[in-house]
Amino acid sequence: MTRTAPDRLDEDLPVLPARYTGRWVAAVVVAGAAVMIVYAMFTNERFQWDVVGQYLFAPPVLSGLLNTLLLTAVSMAIGIVLGIAVAVCRLSANPILSCAAWAYSWFFRGTPLMVQLLFWFFMAALVPKIVLGIPFGPSFFEIQTNAVISPFTAALLGLSLNEGAYMGEIVRSGIRAISKGQTEAAKAIGMSRAQTMRRVVLPQAMRVIIPPTGNETIGMLKYTSLVIVIGYSELLTSVSIIYSRTFQTIPLLIVAAIWYLAVTAVLSVGQYYVERHFERGFSPVRPVRAGRNSGRPSGPAPAVPAAAAASPAVELERLK
Amino acid sequence: MNDPIVSARGVRKSFGHVEVLKDISLDVHAGEVACLLGPSGSGKSTFLRCINHLEKIDGGQLWVHGERIGYRRAGGRLRELKEHETSRQRASVGMVFQQFNLFPHRTALENVIEGPLIVQRRPKAEVRAEGMALLERVGLADKHSHYPGQLSGGQQQRVAIARALALKPSVMLFDEPTSALDPELVGEVLDVMVQLAASGMTMIVVTHEMGFAKEVGDVVHFMADGSLVESGDPRQVLEDPREARTQAFLSKVLA
Repeated sequence: MTRTAPDRLDEDLPVLPARYTGRWVAAVVVAGAAVMIVYAMFTNERFQWDVVGQYLFAPPVLSGLLNTLLLTAVSMAIGIVLGIAVAVCRLSANPILSCAAWAYSWFFRGTPLMVQLLFWFFMAALVPKIVLGIPFGPSFFEIQTNAVISPFTAALLGLSLNEGAYMGEIVRSGIRAISKGQTEAAKAIGMSRAQTMRRVVLPQAMRVIIPPTGNETIGMLKYTSLVIVIGYSELLTSVSIIYSRTFQTIPLLIVAAIWYLAVTAVLSVGQYYVERHFERGFSPVRPVRAGRNSGRPSGPAPAVPAAAAASPAVELERLK
Repeated sequence: MNDPIVSARGVRKSFGHVEVLKDISLDVHAGEVACLLGPSGSGKSTFLRCINHLEKIDGGQLWVHGERIGYRRAGGRLRELKEHETSRQRASVGMVFQQFNLFPHRTALENVIEGPLIVQRRPKAEVRAEGMALLERVGLADKHSHYPGQLSGGQQQRVAIARALALKPSVMLFDEPTSALDPELVGEVLDVMVQLAASGMTMIVVTHEMGFAKEVGDVVHFMADGSLVESGDPRQVLEDPREARTQAFLSKVLA
């Protein structure tokens, strides 16, 4: 360090950022690795990109993709509704409801999804006939279980009941994140428990619920591939049928991976917009100042509020 | 004197083994501003919360407008009311909380009209006009589309007062309405309350603002350790308290 001039208090020196050599080294290493991976992918002929291109939009692949999307959407929809029901039961004051909800979560989270799928698919072995009627009394309606349980219904039952158990925990954490003051304020203006849940608690809980639900949806997209064990023709099943015939295993798995990645990208964008919707009121455009203990980031303190000056003429002489 | 709006007779309440309300009896008449004073933990907030059944009483009776709160007589016993009956009773009692408890995902106006719109199911146009008038009354008409997070603490509390007024309650409960506010914001909330008192609203105010109690209060109730120690004219109780417990408290607060 050479000093060009002695320090003086009235100097106005330019300010420069600190220098970090490590950041540059790390950037070079990572960028280099990325280039090598991309280079290997396009020069290694065994990737067989021509075969990938040939099958990417093949009708059986697209119909498999459609089934995957259908299964994901319906299973998630049922799973979310079940999850809300499970969470509300779990937090209920009724001990039977609360225990039942706990047992449901315990069972469906505690057994492998593949076992559940196989179980639903082979339900006829356990319950050959489904009967509607008065318990221990006459029946109005009977049907063979095998007529109801197709690979699709078995897949739907397995995936959505499993999802309901996980969503239950996610919704419960969201509901519990809302302060007691909110439900008290809702009660105080005469709202019923259902109105409080629908209008006050759930809309706010959504901020906590959405990110893990995005995870679950993306997870579900890929868990649907497990239904290959019961022969429902979703994306991975369709692809596997082709490569078992042509032995082009790697390129066809790449086809499936590309579609899973593409759908995940779309879902991530969707999640962003859903999150933004439920941020209403939580990310102020013009931050003034959040109330104390409100747990929100507070902006710069305001000047004396303008309305204070314009408020009532009755002046209050405050002691102290 | 006319019939009281709020009557408490021998109200008792315990949390586990801790008795937080011991035999509280008092009346609040129409148009009266009653201030509940006392050290923290004396049970004044709990008593206030019992009046709209946010807390359940263990004994005694609480009446608002000639209606028993939270219970009905069934034979020789009291049966707790169902939720929708309690909700109906609560709509005639406005409550303002220490922490405001505005709904953060709704604008100031939406907060104010939530009760009339959802609970009373009144038409939106009518309810909006009334809501704007209420915001005008608390000096915040220009902030109607702001979210609570965009308002100062004092402004939030004024919106909360407007929200409580929207159901046209016959009595307003204030639970330490200025205790969570920065000192420079206390005045604007107290001004609104002074105005409300001047308009003839029946108010029960739990507060540490001795100035408000003295200037605006019609009667002061001093509570300590779950008991009502002393009641009376604010000037008399605050300047010349009869009870030693009141004297000890005031000497600390006014020191």
